[in-house]
This record gives sequence, C-alpha cells and structure tokens, in this order.
Amino acid sequence: MSDTTHPPAAERRVDVAGQWTLMWWKFRRHKLALWSGVFVLFIYVIALFASFVAPKDPNAYAARYAYVPPMKVAFMDRDSEGNRTFGFHTHGWKVETDPLTLQKNFAPDPDVRIDLRFFAPAPEPYVLWGVLPMNRVLFGPADATQPFYPLGADRLGRDVYSRVIHGSQVSMTVGLVGVGISLVLGIVLGGISGYFGGWVDNIVQRSIEFLKSIPQIPLWMGLAAAIPAYWSPIAVYFMVTVILSLIGWTGLAREVRGRFLALKSEDFVTSARLDGCPELRIILRHMVPSFSSHIIATLTLAVPTMILAETALSFLGIGLRPPVVSWGVLMQEAQNVRTIATAPWLFAPGVAVVVTVLALNFFGDGLRDAADPYA
Amino acid sequence: MGGYIFNRVLWAVPILFGASVLSFAIIQLPPGDYLTAVMASMRSTGESVEQSQLVMLRERYGLDDPMIVQYWKWISGIVLRGDFGQSFIYNRPVDELLWERLGLTFVLAFASMIFVWLVAFPIGVYSAMRKYSVGDYVMTFIGFLGLATPNFLIALILMYVSFTVFGTSAGGLFSPEFADAPWSWARFWDMMGKIWIPVVVIGTAGTASLIRIVRANMLDELPRPYVEAARARGLSETRATVKYPLRVALNPFVSRLGWELPDLVSGATITAIVLSLPTTGPLLLEALLAQDMYLAGSFIFMLSVLTVIGTLLSDLLLAWLDPRVRHGLM
Amino acid sequence: MPMPDSADNLIEVRDLSCHFFTEEGVVRSVDQSSFDLPRGKTLCIVGESGSGKSVTARALMGLTREPGKIVSGQMLYRPAPGVVPIDLAAERSGGQLYRSLRGAAFGMIFQEPMAALSPVHTIGTQLLEGVLTHEACSRAEARNRGIDALQRVGIPEPERRFDQYGFELSGGMRQRAMIAMALACRPALLIADEPTTALDVTTQANILDLIADLQAETGMTVMFITHDLGVVAEIADEVAVMYLGRVVERGDVDTIFHAPAHPYTEALLNAMPSVHARRGTRLPAIPGMVPHPFARPSGCGFHPRCHRFVDGLCNRREPEPVDLGAGHVARCLRLENSKDQKEAAE
Repeated sequence: MSDTTHPPAAERRVDVAGQWTLMWWKFRRHKLALWSGVFVLFIYVIALFASFVAPKDPNAYAARYAYVPPMKVAFMDRDSEGNRTFGFHTHGWKVETDPLTLQKNFAPDPDVRIDLRFFAPAPEPYVLWGVLPMNRVLFGPADATQPFYPLGADRLGRDVYSRVIHGSQVSMTVGLVGVGISLVLGIVLGGISGYFGGWVDNIVQRSIEFLKSIPQIPLWMGLAAAIPAYWSPIAVYFMVTVILSLIGWTGLAREVRGRFLALKSEDFVTSARLDGCPELRIILRHMVPSFSSHIIATLTLAVPTMILAETALSFLGIGLRPPVVSWGVLMQEAQNVRTIATAPWLFAPGVAVVVTVLALNFFGDGLRDAADPYA
Repeated sequence: MGGYIFNRVLWAVPILFGASVLSFAIIQLPPGDYLTAVMASMRSTGESVEQSQLVMLRERYGLDDPMIVQYWKWISGIVLRGDFGQSFIYNRPVDELLWERLGLTFVLAFASMIFVWLVAFPIGVYSAMRKYSVGDYVMTFIGFLGLATPNFLIALILMYVSFTVFGTSAGGLFSPEFADAPWSWARFWDMMGKIWIPVVVIGTAGTASLIRIVRANMLDELPRPYVEAARARGLSETRATVKYPLRVALNPFVSRLGWELPDLVSGATITAIVLSLPTTGPLLLEALLAQDMYLAGSFIFMLSVLTVIGTLLSDLLLAWLDPRVRHGLM
Repeated sequence: MPMPDSADNLIEVRDLSCHFFTEEGVVRSVDQSSFDLPRGKTLCIVGESGSGKSVTARALMGLTREPGKIVSGQMLYRPAPGVVPIDLAAERSGGQLYRSLRGAAFGMIFQEPMAALSPVHTIGTQLLEGVLTHEACSRAEARNRGIDALQRVGIPEPERRFDQYGFELSGGMRQRAMIAMALACRPALLIADEPTTALDVTTQANILDLIADLQAETGMTVMFITHDLGVVAEIADEVAVMYLGRVVERGDVDTIFHAPAHPYTEALLNAMPSVHARRGTRLPAIPGMVPHPFARPSGCGFHPRCHRFVDGLCNRREPEPVDLGAGHVARCLRLENSKDQKEAAE
C-alpha cells in the first residue's frame, strides 16, 4: 500500500500530459507497432539512399549471368590446406550445360572467390539525388567488375537485389503521393459533407457509395489502360497515383465525415461558436486537431493499400512500365510459372511488398489504437 | 420495411446509370479508337490499308458519331434489346463472349464469399472469445499476412508449389477435355476439383479483413450490459454469447459482405489473369489493351451491375436480420 | 428496533473481498465487506462511483468477470429460514447451482435499460428466456406468463409490447420491461443496480413505487444500489455505506440517517440538498476526490478527506468494524478508541 496521501507522480503526469504525449505513451506500449514503425522508417531511408545501398545499377545487364542463383555472403573461408582466412566474400558460379537437355545449370565454384567489402567502389560513378557525385557503394565486390548477385539475377542478368532496392523508391512513394492526394480529397469532401450536412452531405455520401459499389480493379484497369503508351515514365507514375487515389479517398472521407459529425455537437465546439469564433477558425483550430491523430492512423493504413494496388497494376502491365523499376514492375518477371520454378528468387520483390505492407499495417494499427489516448 | 426496400431499389437505379456512363467514359478515354489502333499496327507491319474499307468500317461502328449518340446506341442496345454490340478483336457479338465468363466470375466470387464466411466468422469469434491467447495471436498474424499479400502473389505461390511439388500447373478452371464442352455434371465436377485454388486465392484478403472485423465487433459486443443481463436471467455462458453478441456482431458482418463483393470481383479479375481462368479477367485485360471498346465497356458495366445487385441483396438481408435497420434507426 | 435474527437473513455477506487483477496492478474493488440482506426487506448500498457497490452486486449474482475474482469471504445464502446456509462464494459462477439461481431465485435490473436490452431481439424473446430456462412450460404458456409479467409492471398494451424491440419503448417502459424480466420467475431476491439513475425524476418515482409495490406483493428481498440518499430515505429498511471497497457503516435506515457513526456517512448526509436549508447557504461538499485505486491512502482509506482526522491514528492503522449494537456497525478508529476506553473504564 502506498504511503502517500497524494496520487503518485505518474498519476499527475497523466493529468497534465498533452494529447500527443499521451498517444506516444500508449503507442510505445505496442512493441510490435513500434518496431514496425522503425522498420518502415528503415525502408524509407534505404529508398532515399538506394543508389548508395544497391551494389549495381538496376538496369545493368550481363547476359552471361542470366538466372544466376543467389550468392551467399560468407565471412570465414578455408583454403585447401585448411587455413582459415577472414573477410567478407562470396563464391562464383560455374555453368554446366546438361548434355542431354542442353539446359544451363549453375553450380557453386569454390575456386572463384569474390572479395566483398563495405564502401566498395561503384561500378560506375553516379550522382546521388542529382547533387552528390559518388563513386562508392555501401557494400559490394572489392573489384567492381566482378559479379555480385546476393539475390540472384533475372532473365537479362540484372541484379535482383539492386533492383528491389531501387524499386523501393517508386513503390514506397506511390503510396505516399497517392495518400497525399487522397488526403486532400478526403478531408475537403469529407469535411464539407460532415460539417454542412443536409443535401451537400447527401451528394458526397451518394458519390462515395457509388464509387465503392463498383469493383475497383476493373475500374483501375480501365483507367490505367487509357494511359497512352508514349507518355514519359514520370507522367505515367503521376497518372497511376492519381488513379489510385481517385478511388482511395472514399474511406478517408467517411472517416473525416464521421469525426466531424461527432464533434459538431461537442460542447467545446458549441462554446467556441458562442464565443463568436469564425467558422473556419472553429474547423481549423478546434475540430481538426482533435481528430488529426485518427486521420494520421487512417492515412498510415491507406499507404499499404496503395502499394498493393500499384504492384497489382504494374504486374498486369497496365501500371508503371519498364524501364521504371518498382516492385510491381519487377514482379512482371515472375509471371510465368516455369520461370519462377527455375528462378524462385524472382519472388524477392513480392517478399519486399509483403514485408513492407505487413510492417505498415502493424504500424498503422498501433497508431489507430493509440489515437484514442483516453480509451 | 417496405419503405426501406423501395428506397434501396430506387437508389440502385442512379448507381446503375452512373456505372454505365463511367464504363462508357473509360473506354473512350484512350486517344484514338480501335480502328486507329489496328491501322497503326498494320502500318508498322507494312500492310496497306484501304481507305474506302476504313471509312466503311467507321460508319458501320458509328465511330464518328458524337459521344452522346454513341453512348445512347450502346446503352439502349443493352437495355432494350440485350445487344452489347460487336467485339472487334473476336469479330463476334459481345454477348456471346460475355455471359459464360461473367457467370463464371460470379460463381467464383460467390464461392469465395462462402469460403470467406465459413473461415472468417468462426475464427473471428474464437479470437474474440480467447482474446490474447496464443490462438488469437496466431490468427491475428495470419490475418495480417493475408492482408499484406497481393492476390496475384498468392496465386503465383500456389502455382509455384503445385508445379514444383506436384508437377502440374494449377491454372485454369477446367481440364482440357472439358474446356469447350457444354455444361454437364462431369464438367461441373471437373470445375469443382479446380475451383478451390482461385477461391482460396481470392478469399484470403477478404477472410483476413473479415476476421479482424468480426473480432472487433465481438469485442465491442461482449462487455455490453445486455449480455450481462442475459446471464443474469440464467443463460449459460455459451448460450448468452451465442444468442446475443454473436447475433449482434452478425449484422455489421452482413453489411460488410455487401462491401466485400466488389473486392471479391476485383480479386477474381486479377487472379483470373494470373491463373488464366476462363472468366472476365483475362478477356477484359485483352480488350482494354486492344481498345476493343464494346467488349471492355460491357465487361466493366456488367461487373458493376451484378455487384450493385449483390450489394442490394446484402442490404436486404441486413434489413431482414436487423430490426434497427428496418425501423430506419441506422 | 429489534436486531434481526440471523436466521431471518436471506443472505449474509461476511468479509467478502473481490479483487481485479489488471495489467497495472491489483484493484481491491471489494475489500473485507460484510452486510446482511434481511428477508423481505430492502437493503440500500450507498457510495460514490468506484466504491465497489456494483462489484458487490455482481459477486452476489455470480457475474464476476475476468480479471475480477472473489479472493476471500463468504456469501451465505439461506433459501428458507432455519435451513443450513450455502456459501455462494465457494460456488463457481458458471456452475450448476448459480445457473439454477440466476434468473430464478435472484433477479437483477441494471442502470441503463436501453443498453441492457438486446438491440436485435424483441422484449418477448428476452422475457421468456428466463422462464424457458428455469421452468418446464410450453411456449404458449410462457408467452401468457410473459404478457402477464408485463401487465404486472404496469406496461399498457402488453401483447403489443411483447413483440416490440427495446428501442421502440420509452426509458421508463424499458426499465419496467427489465423489471418484468427479472421478476418473471418470482425471485426471492431482486438486485437493482442504480435502476433509476438514467431516468428522469417522475419516471424514477414511478419505478421506485413499482418496486415497493411488487415487494409488498411477493415478499421478495431487494438489494438496491444507489448513490442518491433521497432514494435511500424513500425505500430502504437497511443501509450499507461503502467507501473504497469497504462497508464503512451499516445499520437500519433511521440510525444511519439520524445517528451516523462514521464521518463519511455524516459527510454524505451533509452534502444532501434539503428543502429546509436556508437560502444562500452553500451545500457542504466532501473535500478531495475518491483516491485512485492504485494510490490508496495508508491507514483508514477515508482519512485524507475526513473532517475528524486524527494524525498519528487514522493514517497508521486500518480500522476494524466496531459493533455499536442493534445491527449498527461502523469502521472508524475513533469508535474503536472510544470503545476501548469505555471497556477500559468499565
């Protein structure tokens, strides 16, 4: 039993903590969500430094190494006399042609040792973010001319690992940009709908219902197929995000509207109005802050949906197109069952999608729980 | 009740009209039309194009009419005569290509829905009743995983497994001997033997999200006073749970199903392309890429129509289940 | 007033403790509480929110839910005068005995009738389920009994109401329907957990009258939980005052109102608005707030708010119940002291 007649310090801390502090305290308790958040951040950092992290240029091809299996990175090596040497390295592959089927088979070649190191020389000098000239990569072969395929190679001998890393740039930002557009549409339309009510609300709600009752993928397919083939990759990228968010805003608008409706009759809004506060100020100063935490949670949960949609459309060949590198575009390589049977590492971009979306969902879920700090 | 049904049915009319306009607008979006696309490809292969033939074709398909006239021709043909127009690529009336594929799409979506029901409801209830148990965590994780994995990836993985382990391709809905056969019991059973793969693929995401919804609903309902009141009247724990919270949690579940249907149809479309099923998906993609406007437009339109009808049915089911909806309280 | 014979108590609760084992720690919602429910009488349990009134009621009904648990004490139930009592605290809440008691011998009504009625089942369905669970009778018979029960609680057009949903009734009607459900099997004990708090004053009075009438008619025992001393004055025979999970004072209603022994009871009575009060006088409030369950004060739980606080005594030791005679018991160290002194003097 506590010896004090006052609430303990923790208790008083709760009383004075602000909304965001409370949210953070609650969120911190969700270990899974917390680590997922860290992981998502990590992926964005990788995307930001993709050219530095990836050992090779994503579009550099080498027909010799078509479908070469992943190379294992090892630290300890034993030569023929049994002496151990240390240092990051991998082994090359030798090609054996099956005399009967004439199929190429790769077998590890213990004689070819490829030394690896951090801050290895880049195969070609490059310019990071268009401003920083660089000639090193984070981790790669000490001799830049040597092959290094940690996740194997595709049909043209391109490095799957480097491509997945570069793909994160497009895939991770499609979600953000799409959600940004959805946010504007959702907040404006949802806010109008919830705040004014009446026939305005009716029209917006009916439009949402309409958009929701039409199967998304056929609609997306129709819209995406209409993007002319001669458009530049940037234009296509932008168009695809717009198409995705055209349908994605509905969920957000509903959320915003629901909050607006709930808040409209709250005492603090009424009292602000009685104090002669202008409408716009009531909305921006009093209402938006009290549901922005929910909006952030909903947004976080919308990002993975966008990523999945981009992946699906690009996979079908009607979203982003090569030479743009995104996870969906990369999955196009894995369309044929015989191809993936011989080169299962082509699933790597798919794994990247699943892991990222999983992390974003855990993160968003934790945020949503924390968004109600008083619950 | 009557008023509610009337309202819902009445509301379906503008939605259907909107869907028809949208479908038509989508197929008009790409610059040019089917004939310009054909011409471009013929030119690139070096074939010569007869100008007179082209003019004749343009006239026949009314490609030079104003947009609204084209729309009117198209929609009035569908509504009044059941005529969906002509497919350019197949050079056959669209409705010959449409119905069986559309039917199979909905068989697939419907089967997936039953699969989703059968799997999601018991698991969701279990997860809620045994909150924070190992089973709950496992189910929650599988649910998240199901949500995070795109349909086509699940399809690819299943195909990969069946190809490397069983040596057979998992694609298709019929064995070769039944592919073009007329409907018969044998064909039906053949389909049943293969349909589960796409059903699992399409249903996974829906199952995952519904498990979470059922669990959340149950957790909302379980501590409600009316459950305690039922126990206070002498109902056993199980009966009090089954009769009250389960029953109440069923309602949002049913209304969710209406929203789930478009997703299932979407999923069926993309899965069909990967698994090369004889449903709308692959043909729609082909039609869209070739700008075969009547074929693509009719597919999008009819998919929307059937989805709207499905949603309507689920609304009516909800009204039948939930007195609050019947009385216009929700 | 004669002290009730213990054989005449329907239920005797002795040193009952019901704790909630939450993630943050153990909440001692009910802590060594004792009181009696005299047969055919009305006991009011009074206290602020969080004092453990509802938890006590649920413990009696066998409705204690995870993470709550009855950790010690007895709840002696004597179905008829003179028989050997059954200790309900030792029974499993989902066990055979409790299942046959709940809804049959014990009925319960709740604070929010709207929330206590299922939104998707008719009044009739919920009304009959108790009857059908406990008694062998046909559906038609049960329906007639249900309609009778609705009639008994003063619901007009009972046949029509029977097939309606909770949300189609007014607040007062809903609570009447709840009472009909609780009484459908003619229980010996009715537990009413703040049944009038959510109702307007007129409806509140009607419901209180109804309960009193039904009690007179059936001779049932009523355990009435409230924080409203006005209600207590109107219906109670016996009163138990709870604070921080403990019964700090209990006795018959006259003693409690006119000769309260515990400072908390005194303070509660002083805080009660009175029509006789002179204009312009402030209503005395009890200073401070109910402590947080994890920050219970040392010694007597009430000492930080007590106007008779004695430093060095009240914050040192937890008070034991002191029997003041005629069923009047209070837990206050001052009483212990004065009694000790008295005994020492004798």
